[in-house]
Amino acid sequence: MNNPFRATRRNIGELIAEWSIRAIASVSILVIFLIFIFVFREASTLLTGSEEAPTEQTSTSSQETSATSTTQSEPDVYNPDAEEPEVYNPEAEAPASGEEGAPGEFIYIAANPAYPHIYNPSSGLIPPDIDATSSEEEVIAGDTLSFGENFLSSTWQPVGEVPKFGIVPLLIGTAKTTLIAILIGAPLGILAALFVAFFAKPWIREIVKPGIELLAGFPSVVIGFFCLVTVASWVQDVTGVPYRLNAIVGGIGLSLAVIPIVFSIAEDALSAVPKTLREASLALGSTEWQTAYRVMLPAAAPGVFAAVLLGIGRAFGETMIAIMATGNAPLSSFSPFEPARTVAATIGSEMGEVVWGSEHYGVLFLLGVLLFVFSFGLNAVTELYVKTRFIKRFQGK
Amino acid sequence: MAKDLQTKIQAQGFNFHYGQKQALFDINLSIPERKVTAFIGPSGCGKSTFLRSINRMNDLIEGTRIGGEMVVDGVNVYDKEVDVVTLRRRIGMVFQKSIPFPKSIYENITYGLTLNQSRSKSELDEIVESSLRRSALWDEVKDRLHHSALGMSGGQQQRLCIARAIAINPEILLMDEPCSALDPISTAKVEELIEELKDTYTIVLVTHNMQQAGRVSDFTGFFLMGSLIEFDRTRTIFTSPSKKETEDYITGRFG
Amino acid sequence: MQFSASTQPLPKRLLGFFAVLIALTAAVAVVGIILGMFGNFLLNGGTHVTWEFLTEFPRNSNTEGGIWPALAGTTLLVLLMTLLGVPVGTATAIYLTEFAKQDSWFARSVRFAVNTLAGVPSIVFGLFGVGFFIQFMGGSIDAAFGSSSFGDGSLLWSAATLAVLTLPVVIVAVEESLRAVPRDLREASLALGATRLQTIVKVVIPNSVTGILTGSILAVGRGAGEVAAILFVGVTYSSEVLPSAVTEKFMHLGYHLFVLSTQSPDVEKTLPLQFATTLVLLGLTFLLNLTAILIRSRLRKR
Repeated sequence: MNNPFRATRRNIGELIAEWSIRAIASVSILVIFLIFIFVFREASTLLTGSEEAPTEQTSTSSQETSATSTTQSEPDVYNPDAEEPEVYNPEAEAPASGEEGAPGEFIYIAANPAYPHIYNPSSGLIPPDIDATSSEEEVIAGDTLSFGENFLSSTWQPVGEVPKFGIVPLLIGTAKTTLIAILIGAPLGILAALFVAFFAKPWIREIVKPGIELLAGFPSVVIGFFCLVTVASWVQDVTGVPYRLNAIVGGIGLSLAVIPIVFSIAEDALSAVPKTLREASLALGSTEWQTAYRVMLPAAAPGVFAAVLLGIGRAFGETMIAIMATGNAPLSSFSPFEPARTVAATIGSEMGEVVWGSEHYGVLFLLGVLLFVFSFGLNAVTELYVKTRFIKRFQGK
Repeated sequence: MAKDLQTKIQAQGFNFHYGQKQALFDINLSIPERKVTAFIGPSGCGKSTFLRSINRMNDLIEGTRIGGEMVVDGVNVYDKEVDVVTLRRRIGMVFQKSIPFPKSIYENITYGLTLNQSRSKSELDEIVESSLRRSALWDEVKDRLHHSALGMSGGQQQRLCIARAIAINPEILLMDEPCSALDPISTAKVEELIEELKDTYTIVLVTHNMQQAGRVSDFTGFFLMGSLIEFDRTRTIFTSPSKKETEDYITGRFG
Repeated sequence: MQFSASTQPLPKRLLGFFAVLIALTAAVAVVGIILGMFGNFLLNGGTHVTWEFLTEFPRNSNTEGGIWPALAGTTLLVLLMTLLGVPVGTATAIYLTEFAKQDSWFARSVRFAVNTLAGVPSIVFGLFGVGFFIQFMGGSIDAAFGSSSFGDGSLLWSAATLAVLTLPVVIVAVEESLRAVPRDLREASLALGATRLQTIVKVVIPNSVTGILTGSILAVGRGAGEVAAILFVGVTYSSEVLPSAVTEKFMHLGYHLFVLSTQSPDVEKTLPLQFATTLVLLGLTFLLNLTAILIRSRLRKR
């Protein structure tokens, strides 16, 4: 039977175009795998041995001396157990090389610009209650640790005779700052979202909502700078702690990055609650605020929870703020008033001066793998949790 | 059906499922060539679904299944050898809500013309004019051809959509409740149009307005809950229907 | 019957008052912080942002002069990044809205991948840039062609890294505008006998150009301020000339601010410069984000 509906010359070009689009769409999936593979690959130098042929390291040095030579030979004797911060003294003229000192003396770090220093414009002194001497025994003892034990130890001192890669101080630092950031940022973000979603008049909403979302547009360098220069001084004036840059200042900075995220997502979640719920509540004689807090907020709880989770994700992955505002000292201390060092900040500040292919290099990439896996897991939990809870809730389970 | 009429579209044992839910049950009917056939019935009875199955617009919905055959010009349109794009080029469709493209009037009409072949400007101009004339729009828009189509009234937009559909010169014109969004005057104009067009095209019209079906169509099919209850000449359906359900519907016992 | 509000018990009213008050305070606090930050920068550095500042090279190891190379470097970076990223993002968005069957594992994986990418810390992207672009791709290119410039940090690899980082931003924005095109329009086109691709090209895309624009602008805004991802993929602090090839290093506004504020030899002197640099960087990202927001709200109103 003659088929009047046979295809006229089907465009090959069109078929190609369709398949190209499908192929390009798979790039996102590909990238996730690539990130994992290639970051892990660089970290795997740890398994193959540390001092292999190191490639010429790139230098992000700011000084004229492009550090092609190994700066590891200048030991920055840094002993976190002694709780000694590196103090950068802008007044000092000539750099001395790695002098350790007793309390009250000037400590000056030699040309190693990738290590951000604590910026203290008012004094170059270490506070008197710090013991700045290192202990020889510890350095020698580290020699006999296996990598695994080294990794889980509580000393992070990658540059020295015996490199120590204990991540415990880094984890504590990350946890500390993230916690502070969430404690400040989540309530502010959620309450502001409540306000904008339920209590604000339309014209106010039009201004406030984009305004807060504009905060999301602040590059983190800028937030870090703000903390470094202004917030740190405020905190120091208010609390009188000796360290200008510490976990609190870092936490505040991170909260500034967390707030817009929590706000955006929480506000979306709150607005997405069906209006009929609100009407039913009001019809029963409840007030606006009762409806908001007792009906709408619980109904949006999965979304709000997701907002907080994503805020956490942002906080622990944030690098620039952490480098600039936390004081960048890998201390295993739980006090918020002391400097801290996060995992992300470690990678950011040490990658520039590391010898490519060395053990240190591998460890930094390993930290990157950890960050990636953690954020991946957090994202998976958010997706699955929110999806299932949301759907169940509105299906009446 | 009278012997001197050719069948253009024939459904044989046609079924349709939306996922698990069956929407059309074993439909058998023959739609004659160059006449107006109307489908009537209460909401949800499946008449639109059937209409959209003719040019396979239902393929766009996920999870749909058909059974039986839908034969147009002797070919089952669901056959594997049939290219759905070519099929649609030979069947025109007008929707319930007029959807002009946000382009100029001229571009709306020529859209379907340049899809597969390039034509000269004079050819395009000619087709635009003839389509607009046949849709009774030419006089109203001939000075505004390159203005946006969205600037027209609802009735004009719908006539534009009709013009757009006939511009590609299909043999069959499917119309899914074309006047339900129009005011009475525009409706009258469109109905007049249908009268004129039926000399050239086979028209299948879905309407929930019984009077319209009575005014405009030659044949009528009454659908109820996915089944075709009765199909006959319009006059017969409206004056002496053979099924009780038909009679109940016509006389307004249910809607 | 009495319906006035004053018949409600006092404690409840008080509670209600405070409930609204804390929400209001939170909102005000957040807005206040933003304004405060901006004001602080303006006060301390506003006078320093002059035409000379924007067009001159830095002098005296970055303690004086202008930030022109950083400005130029940032611009080149985001331009290249857009070229690399926007097409991929747009194509992915088109796939997700036009071609993907909702339940297919592929479509769901793509969505999941996009969401995950959005949450990956930017420093990890930096490591990716080193491990994949510099070491693997650059190294392979160098090995294949005997060159030596690809296996190192550069404008090219930084742009590529940022393109990957901003992919989710582009995808989400474009997808939003594609979905805004009513389904009827697509149906009308298909009913006239157009193929799916023809429908996309002739009807859908022309109606979503604003979305593509918004996505690009948002991505640029994000990319211009992002420092962590390019820390070791190609930025530099001292550069006498602008990069002449994509394989060279470049200066960057954000990185400049970072080094200036943490490592410059004379911080007192450069403080105003730091604030001024901040203002320029902020101004740039603000402008971009504002533009995108305006375009997007116009899109929503249509």
